[in-house]
Amino acid sequence: MAEPETKNMTMIEAIRDAMDVTMSQNSDVLVFGEDVGYFGGVFRCTAGLQEKHGLHRCFDTPISEGGIVGIAIGMAANGLRPVAEIQFADYIYPAYDQIASEAARLRYRSNGDFTCPLTIRTPVGGGIYGGTTHSQSPEALFTHIAGLKTVIPSNPYDAKGMLIEAIEDNDPVLFLEPKRLYNGPFNGDPHAPAKSWKGHPLGEVPTGHYGIELGKARKITEGDDVTILTYGTMVWVAEATAAKVGISADILDLRSLLPLDLDAIVESVKKTGRCLIMHEATRTSGFGAELSALVTEHCFYHLEAPIERVTGWDTPYPHAQEWAYFPGQKRVANALKRIMKDV
Amino acid sequence: MAGKTKTTSKKKAAPKALKTTQDELLQFYKDMLLIRRFEEKAGQLYGMGLIAGFCHLYIGQEAVVTGIRAAMKEGDQMITGYRDHGHMLACDMEARGVMAELTGREGGYSRGKGGSMHMFSTEKKFYGGHGIVGAQVPLGAGLGFANKYLDNGAVSIAFFGDGASNQGQVYETFNMAKLWDLPVVFVIENNQYAMGTSVERSSAETELFKRGISFEIEGVQVDGMNVLAVRDAAKKAIDHARAGKGPMILEMKTYRYRGHSMSDPAKYRTRDEVNDIRSARDPIDAVKARLEKEGWADTDALKAIDKDIKAVVNDSADFAQSSPEPDPSELYTDVLLEA
Repeated sequence: MAEPETKNMTMIEAIRDAMDVTMSQNSDVLVFGEDVGYFGGVFRCTAGLQEKHGLHRCFDTPISEGGIVGIAIGMAANGLRPVAEIQFADYIYPAYDQIASEAARLRYRSNGDFTCPLTIRTPVGGGIYGGTTHSQSPEALFTHIAGLKTVIPSNPYDAKGMLIEAIEDNDPVLFLEPKRLYNGPFNGDPHAPAKSWKGHPLGEVPTGHYGIELGKARKITEGDDVTILTYGTMVWVAEATAAKVGISADILDLRSLLPLDLDAIVESVKKTGRCLIMHEATRTSGFGAELSALVTEHCFYHLEAPIERVTGWDTPYPHAQEWAYFPGQKRVANALKRIMKDV
Repeated sequence: MAGKTKTTSKKKAAPKALKTTQDELLQFYKDMLLIRRFEEKAGQLYGMGLIAGFCHLYIGQEAVVTGIRAAMKEGDQMITGYRDHGHMLACDMEARGVMAELTGREGGYSRGKGGSMHMFSTEKKFYGGHGIVGAQVPLGAGLGFANKYLDNGAVSIAFFGDGASNQGQVYETFNMAKLWDLPVVFVIENNQYAMGTSVERSSAETELFKRGISFEIEGVQVDGMNVLAVRDAAKKAIDHARAGKGPMILEMKTYRYRGHSMSDPAKYRTRDEVNDIRSARDPIDAVKARLEKEGWADTDALKAIDKDIKAVVNDSADFAQSSPEPDPSELYTDVLLEA
């Protein structure tokens, strides 16, 4: 087969393209949410889809997150493949009941008779001065739910392939989109000029249909000194900081939190003997705690230094002090130095 | 059997004689009696410790699901909350599979994974069985959305109780269901108590059929103890939905004789209240009286029906006790699609 043609895309364009491709191939795929149809989404992820696929396939909903997800679950149980957008992850809490008790549980409690092929897309994370209610990273609230997949791509290439995979998955998938990465990779320095995805290898996106298996991590850099386990916006902070500190880091972009690529994690930590875990979400009971426990359980006798976590503080996401909250290069560099101090 | 009906529609409904036939009424009698005897048996098994956890009996409310079911067509779907055994029997799901789910056995509809509140059948178009109060209502509208999109002509019926009618997501659903004119019928089974809280103590507007007014959804209050009144109201509402005119709300005034669940001390109402309704408004007694009055069934015929139903129920109870416990490996199956 000929190599598929590629095109430079932002994450927004890649996400839109994933929906466009699946909608074109399968009339059961419907896209909807607040301001998704006519307006094209606050971040423009659905721009043009209504025009191209029709009002009946890409449409606006009232501001009713619980209802949006609930109706989507009913649609999914009755033969469709709904793709619901929750405008910000911070708005998803009214739908938590539906996600946790209905979407994630239909298969189990019906003994496989019913399924819920539902995708919920929602932007997460800070970096745009959104304050407490437009910046949160609630992934750990969802990785705690059996029966639900939670994924978070960090670049256009993965975003498209994983979203296609999510839409075609026969189980519910929560698809988290790090909004600070929509238009370019972000190294954690808010004062640096914004970079676009142009010229980035992962901004080169095949134009056709392709899937990326959910549950597989991506190796960002190959290294021997330390393993960095991270995802979302922090992937690019990790890469930039490791380069600056001059450390040989094995950086794993986990991409999919549940299912999790435990094999890749264990293999890497056994190789390096050191582990740094990074996420933007608050620290206590964050997904990093789960990663830390897993590394301890599976790699304890290979560890040569305590596991470190660099995360957001245990505070609401601040507005003015956004960059004091955000786990930027300085905190990452200090953690790396602590991990390596006995070398 | 003159069913009392109120409506939010400006049009005054003309008083109507509730017509029926011998065959239809006999079938209603059988269907309702099956639910009652099944529930009585479930109550017994619960008392014997054979059913664990939660068990919400439908006794007293049999006319609601029976009358609605009679107005549904092939392909129409039903979804409800946790007081769901009657709905499953009405959908022709097998008594054996339902009872064995109550006892948590392999032969249960969900192989013991669901229990009393969580059973399903794609084949019988029964979409559960939902244990979170009101959470099934948006799903019901979603079923309707898919029906409309797929243009399959089916109507979904979303049942919920008076308690659930105070949940916010119900109103989000009303809004979207009317906004998009989804083929869905909302059936509020108003048995007058949300667990132990009466409608009067929980609801600013106690006439629940009016709850759709601000969404332009027509509501009708129906005597839910009268299977023929339920049938007629359901037929209108289902026809309305199927014709593309959008949802309707049917408030069924009904009553449950037993507690909310098996562990309900029932301190919130008097024994006299229950006894009075039971003796004056029992839906099965009413059908029986009409059968006898019309000369459609004599005592022997009714006894024979009762005997047959008892046999089905006893068989389901035997099955529910002899069916093996689920294999330990079942704990981890059907969490996600297995590779």
